[in-house]
Amino acid sequence: MHELSIAQSIVDIVGQYVPPEQAAAVRTVNVRVGALAGIVPESLTFCFTAITAGTPLAHAELAVDFIPYRVSCAACLTTSPAEPGLALCPHCGSAETTVLSGTELQVVDIELNSISTEHV
Amino acid sequence: MSVITVERKILEKNDEVARQNRELFANHDLFVLNLVSSPGAGKTTLLERTIESLKSTIKIAVIEGDVQTDLDARRVAKYNIPAVQILTRGGCHLEAHLVREAVTNLDLRGVELLIIENVGNLVCPSNYDLGEEMKVVVASTTEGEDKPLKYPAMFRNASVLIINKIDLLPYINCSLTALRDNALKINPSLTVFETSCTSGAGIGAWCDWLVEHARRKPAS
Repeated sequence: MHELSIAQSIVDIVGQYVPPEQAAAVRTVNVRVGALAGIVPESLTFCFTAITAGTPLAHAELAVDFIPYRVSCAACLTTSPAEPGLALCPHCGSAETTVLSGTELQVVDIELNSISTEHV
Repeated sequence: MSVITVERKILEKNDEVARQNRELFANHDLFVLNLVSSPGAGKTTLLERTIESLKSTIKIAVIEGDVQTDLDARRVAKYNIPAVQILTRGGCHLEAHLVREAVTNLDLRGVELLIIENVGNLVCPSNYDLGEEMKVVVASTTEGEDKPLKYPAMFRNASVLIINKIDLLPYINCSLTALRDNALKINPSLTVFETSCTSGAGIGAWCDWLVEHARRKPAS
């Protein structure tokens, strides 16, 4: 259950891009989480909501793009989804695979509501 | 609406401190292992057997990570080696900055091998680089043969697998071959040792490997 510390790291990163006076305008924080990252998306969004409650980010939504685990195989030249973590090609069983996706743990971007210039 | 592009790793702060730790370890010519497993797999007992075997051969220091109590640091301190306890007080894993603070409390003079015993947990520690040379995962036979498939990230990120408690095999329903094969399906490049801290089986091979690697100077 380290989603809480991951959520805190996300809030810290948002703070580096959005000054406190604009934090209330943050609508969505988009993150990418791979199937092999050991993170439960629902727990992460729950923790994000919990730690932003009562802060200017209280209305910000954490949107998790869950990335499936995929491998490419040098033996049979296929690319396929596989059971997360399995290094063997699901087609031919070869171990000559490269992980294409599924280990991501990134903040992609931050969406802000437009701030009307007259209020600035 | 406006969009700010970020594209940054969520754990970059930890990764940066881990990089600094790695630099510090390299400056001290230290070989550093991050020992991980589920609770009760036998990490601390394995550490005790390792220290007993190698104490006169190589200078070892230990960082113990636990949620609560300094029981483990006291167990290894009995061997008169530098040992320090990190208490996470609820945290489920060690982070690079905790290791950095712990290292400042260790007398590293002459130490060649530093073993960091992580919090017993097969999930969270896999995400956090501590600056170690490699992760060593301990899986005990009593946990069953399917653990590598259930917790793939940890076995994927480790370089060494120690299958512990092999003396119990006659009494339990676990196939050593299946356990090893499952781990190799996740990570075909794992170096595997089979040990019993009760009978001492396999401890010698593991210790020989340790000495060889601790004394091998990094290529850089």
